[in-house]
Amino acid sequence: MKKQLLALLFAIVPVTAMAAGGASVPHSMEPDLQDQASLQNGMKLYVNYCMGCHSLEHQRFARAADDLGIPQDLVEENLIFSSDLAFNDQMHIAMDRGDAESWFGAPPPDLTLEARLRGTDWIYSYLLGFYKDPSRPTGVNNTVFDLVAMPNVLEPLQGVQELVCAETDQPVAGQSPDPLSGKYQSCDVLQVTQPGAMEPAEFEEAVYDLTNFLAYVGEPSKLQAQALAPKVLIFIFIFGVIAYLLKREYWRDVH
Amino acid sequence: MANPNKAKAESGIMRWVDDRFPATQMMQDHLTKYYAPKNFNFFYIFGVLALLVLVNQILTGVWLTMSFNPSAEGAFASVEYIMRDVEWGWLIRYMHTTGASAFFVVIYLHMFRGLLYGSYKAPRELVWIFGMAIYLLLMAEAFMGYLLPWGQMSYWGAQVIISLFSAIPGIGPDLAQWVRGDFLISGITLNRFFALHVVALPIVILALVVLHIIALHEVGSNNPDGIEIKQKKDETGKPLDGIAFHPYYTVKDLVGIAVFLFVFSVVVFYFPEGGGYFIERPNFEPANPLKTPDYIAPVWYFTPFYAILRAITFSLFGLDAKFLGVVCMGAAIAVLFVLPWLDRSPVRSMRYKGWMSKVMLLLFCISFVILGILGVLPSTTGRTILAQVCTAIYFAFFLLMPLYTKLEKTKPVPERVTG
Repeated sequence: MKKQLLALLFAIVPVTAMAAGGASVPHSMEPDLQDQASLQNGMKLYVNYCMGCHSLEHQRFARAADDLGIPQDLVEENLIFSSDLAFNDQMHIAMDRGDAESWFGAPPPDLTLEARLRGTDWIYSYLLGFYKDPSRPTGVNNTVFDLVAMPNVLEPLQGVQELVCAETDQPVAGQSPDPLSGKYQSCDVLQVTQPGAMEPAEFEEAVYDLTNFLAYVGEPSKLQAQALAPKVLIFIFIFGVIAYLLKREYWRDVH
Repeated sequence: MANPNKAKAESGIMRWVDDRFPATQMMQDHLTKYYAPKNFNFFYIFGVLALLVLVNQILTGVWLTMSFNPSAEGAFASVEYIMRDVEWGWLIRYMHTTGASAFFVVIYLHMFRGLLYGSYKAPRELVWIFGMAIYLLLMAEAFMGYLLPWGQMSYWGAQVIISLFSAIPGIGPDLAQWVRGDFLISGITLNRFFALHVVALPIVILALVVLHIIALHEVGSNNPDGIEIKQKKDETGKPLDGIAFHPYYTVKDLVGIAVFLFVFSVVVFYFPEGGGYFIERPNFEPANPLKTPDYIAPVWYFTPFYAILRAITFSLFGLDAKFLGVVCMGAAIAVLFVLPWLDRSPVRSMRYKGWMSKVMLLLFCISFVILGILGVLPSTTGRTILAQVCTAIYFAFFLLMPLYTKLEKTKPVPERVTG
């Protein structure tokens, strides 16, 4: 029975993996929309490192400021760089689509709904997945997105990461773990070989915050939904109890 | 000519109305003196729930229409505008998207109830046929509605389904082009689907719902025992096993409605994407005619029929597989219309039918669910064979019904309703 269940699970799992965009996703990431400090840091990172190329066409600065608890003057001073953009505007970029196309081959996509399209696990793994590859025009490749056109814009923070041969905790296909250490031998291990401004753990936290911010941007209404849901459910529950008592009363005379 | 025996209020404003419009009479005919069997069980809630979801779809749909922009350039952005900038827009939209799936959950269970207790059998054939017409139009309504957000899956799903028309020999390609209004799915298709989705189909569906209920109230509701309560009446002409729809079933249905709304709200507030089945992930990317998604899957409520379509992988009688698949898919729905004449059993309810009917219904339900799952998955050789087996069972349930319902031994039906 257990085996059959497992078989069924394996039959279904590829669908979810496929929906996430094809390649394997090594890390998982659970967004926390209640963590305002993380979301604020994520927005700071996004505006400073991503928004040169990636717009958030449907997200307004004002809405983000309101939801993430950032005062208007701070947003205007530190997060809006273009004089064409106002506090109530959507987070547009200055780069021309035609220019972008000739520079990168395709214009960098708008990321408003990226977290809902690919999932937060994918974004988190992707941002951690850049490694040095001199054969690529940008000098980097990505473990999640092969032959990626985007450079590793977070390199100043992360440092230079390379694929090396080493021991790893991640299971390797066709290999049994070392009986003593329980680890595997792999030549697909990512390692920082040239340090950046952040320690690896610190960098992972920054990437978490950035991904968390994109999760928020994908569905800002989730905050409202989470706040409203208990009230609605309690109301319906009480309504249901009253309806049941009313039904019981009326049905006393049905035999 | 006014009927002098019509029920009228004694005096007051209702009397004034009753002299001009049969308000009191209608209230009695359909609510206070409409006698429904007293032994309705769990499965009898889904008709009322379907009506509730229909109202939900119409109300939320009207409000969505106020902010939606039905153009290829503006549709996707206007949905995000509704989700972010329109007050309560996110809630209205999620109620509409969740409502679409809830509609099919409720309708499938409602139809299952019909199969279980023989609610389609004489004299309720027209109730069943009107119901089937509603189901058919509901599929068209859902299909056209799914194009409107103009996401990748909207676009490519519509592309796949409309291309089915082109499989019809001779006129196919021209027909597909006529449906699209263009050489490929474009803003023109979006606009006509919008018109059909918000105006034409809802009007016809509403009219059919009225016909469905009038036909039902003419012949009276069936019940889990499948016996006619009208045959045993008391001295006042009220069926002995009947109770007035109002207040007894109105208050009972309120409890079911509360339970339904609770589950519905949990989905709307916490799982509006329904695990990628109510809103598919690729639909968060705007439609791009130049980029086909890795895998195109229809929304879950179409998948059983999609699996039947894909199960036909062989040509026959000089007709190609794709066309045969389309024919099978159409036949899978069409055969439901003639169900009342396929069932030759002397009894209605599964409670008193023989073992063959029970086994066939069970196999049918299992195949339908398996087909639904297969329709979501990419096809492999093994899955195609499974889909073929399930398709065969699906049709065997209907086509062998005249035989097994006639051959099997039925149990005696009680005089009065039980339990």
